[in-house]
Amino acid sequence: MSFYNEITRYNWEEIGEQIYSKTEEDVVKALSKTVLDLSDFQSLISPTAEKYLEQMAQKSREVTQQRFGKCMQMYIPLYLSNSCTNHCVYCGFNHSNQFERTILTEEEVRVEAQAIKKLGFEHILLVSGEDQKQCGSEYLGRMMDELKDDFALISLEAQPLDIDEYEMLIEKKLNTVYVYQETYCEANYKNYHPRGKKSNFRYRLETPDRLGKAGVHKIGLGCLLGLEDWRIDTFFTALHLQYLERTYWKSKYSISFPRLRPHVGAFQPRYETTERDLLQLICAYRLLNPHVEISLSTRERSFFRDNALQLGPTSYSAGSKTNPGGYANKEESLEQFSVNDDRSVNEIADMIHNHGYEVVWKDWDQFMQT
Amino acid sequence: MQSLQIADKTFQSRLFTGTGKFSSNQLMKEAIKASGSELVTMALKRIDIDDKEDDMVQHIQGPTINLLPNTSGVRNAQEAVFAAQLAREALETNWLKLEIHPDPKYLLPDGEETLKAAEELVKLGFVVLPYVQADPVLCKKLEEVGTAAVMPLGSPIGSNNGLQTIDFLRIIIEQANVPVVVDAGIGAPSHAAAAMELGADAVLVNTAIAVSPQPVEMAKAFKMAVEAGRMAFEARLAEKSMGANASSPLTSFLY
Repeated sequence: MSFYNEITRYNWEEIGEQIYSKTEEDVVKALSKTVLDLSDFQSLISPTAEKYLEQMAQKSREVTQQRFGKCMQMYIPLYLSNSCTNHCVYCGFNHSNQFERTILTEEEVRVEAQAIKKLGFEHILLVSGEDQKQCGSEYLGRMMDELKDDFALISLEAQPLDIDEYEMLIEKKLNTVYVYQETYCEANYKNYHPRGKKSNFRYRLETPDRLGKAGVHKIGLGCLLGLEDWRIDTFFTALHLQYLERTYWKSKYSISFPRLRPHVGAFQPRYETTERDLLQLICAYRLLNPHVEISLSTRERSFFRDNALQLGPTSYSAGSKTNPGGYANKEESLEQFSVNDDRSVNEIADMIHNHGYEVVWKDWDQFMQT
Repeated sequence: MQSLQIADKTFQSRLFTGTGKFSSNQLMKEAIKASGSELVTMALKRIDIDDKEDDMVQHIQGPTINLLPNTSGVRNAQEAVFAAQLAREALETNWLKLEIHPDPKYLLPDGEETLKAAEELVKLGFVVLPYVQADPVLCKKLEEVGTAAVMPLGSPIGSNNGLQTIDFLRIIIEQANVPVVVDAGIGAPSHAAAAMELGADAVLVNTAIAVSPQPVEMAKAFKMAVEAGRMAFEARLAEKSMGANASSPLTSFLY
């Protein structure tokens, strides 16, 4: 059994019809409940709920503060590599793009880590393009060995791995793994991921199952906003979250919604998602699930991040570079996407303080996991 | 008001507090001060135990305050024992709030693992205060392995739902030979007072203070409520009674 068995019981179009037929009465009912189900969630992500966004935001803020306090967890990505064997049509690391690929060595990773430590971070997110040959679990494990004395918490966002590979990395103090399905629409998945290992929808979809079985502490989910109708895709993300929480109940969950933005010469999102949509989505998730961590990255502009700070998210990145070697070297290797909130770490930490929030650098320690 | 003895320490205040969820370490410090608390718990994962200047620890310390490190985040007895030993070495206290919750969502304590860890930690010389379900049998077993107190929950942690487990708390308090500290779920001063009236030896409050719009004021309110509840308990609060007591209708035939 895996989530693949679960998702095949649902029909993409039917879910769409359910969401688009939600009435104001449904939205009001969802807003009045303390324990929401997936049908309530559909109401809150429906177009009908748009005019209730203020109420949603108020409730979301209250629920978030109650569960997480006035605290914001900080994290930063460290890009290990931009080498990738996939052909994701929306990504700068696409295998067909001609550019010099960078894979950091142990020495280079140490230098990056030192630069990041100086900024104050204790939680680090290792990111790699998906290149199982050159950046497989053995490589990732070696990089973790370099970092485990410097950081309180190590997360990973790289190609999906097998259970035994995850178990090996967990022994090396891996705490969290983020694996984004990009889209839950199996029918169109291959259009965006035509070749390479990632074109296998099912293997990717079952990755969180493998993570749960391997006993990882935290699993991060999400879909890429802009590929398919966000209302339907995020419903399936919620379904995935619910399935995982019930099945792998010892793991924590985190959710995030990277948003594809239209820009010249690149892949154009098929469905644009506005900031308003993104906020509606964040609030709807919070009301559905008071416990899930929600992260909001520097993909979003500072104006939005400053204003959304209290309304549902629980972790923020700051000072991010999305190219391997970006913290220590001035020389630019290719970045995965351009950062919209490019303020310094200090500026962002000050902003969080000024909102009356504590900036949390450390909320884990490797001695907590044996 | 009687003072409270746990292991080798005597407490004037029966309000224990926590350090999570505050909007700043400064505000946390002021709220702890206002609460009068002499035992303050903090998550080991939040601090850098090797850093003597750790900002959070700096803000907790005070002449009347005892640190109570907790193991929040560990999932089993083995992890708890390991974390506890590191904490003892670094923080120079053998007091420990033992928290083992494999469920990261509701942070519900695992009784089986807690009992296992408690037994081992007591042998290692720790003063163990275990956070547990309001389970009277488990509390007796913990007492038997030598914990310094038991800390049953009033309702799920952070829920502010008050004493939902009151029937079981009553039994735990009635049977206990060690102090009973009601932990988790206390959302209002009235809940804290109710726990004290019931005969709890102390309460531990965090979220309701930390998340309040005015944590310092709220801390004071809890301080007063805990004192009022305890005084009422010591003054032998009258039992509830629905009607007036009729004059001996059943036994008047004897007179």
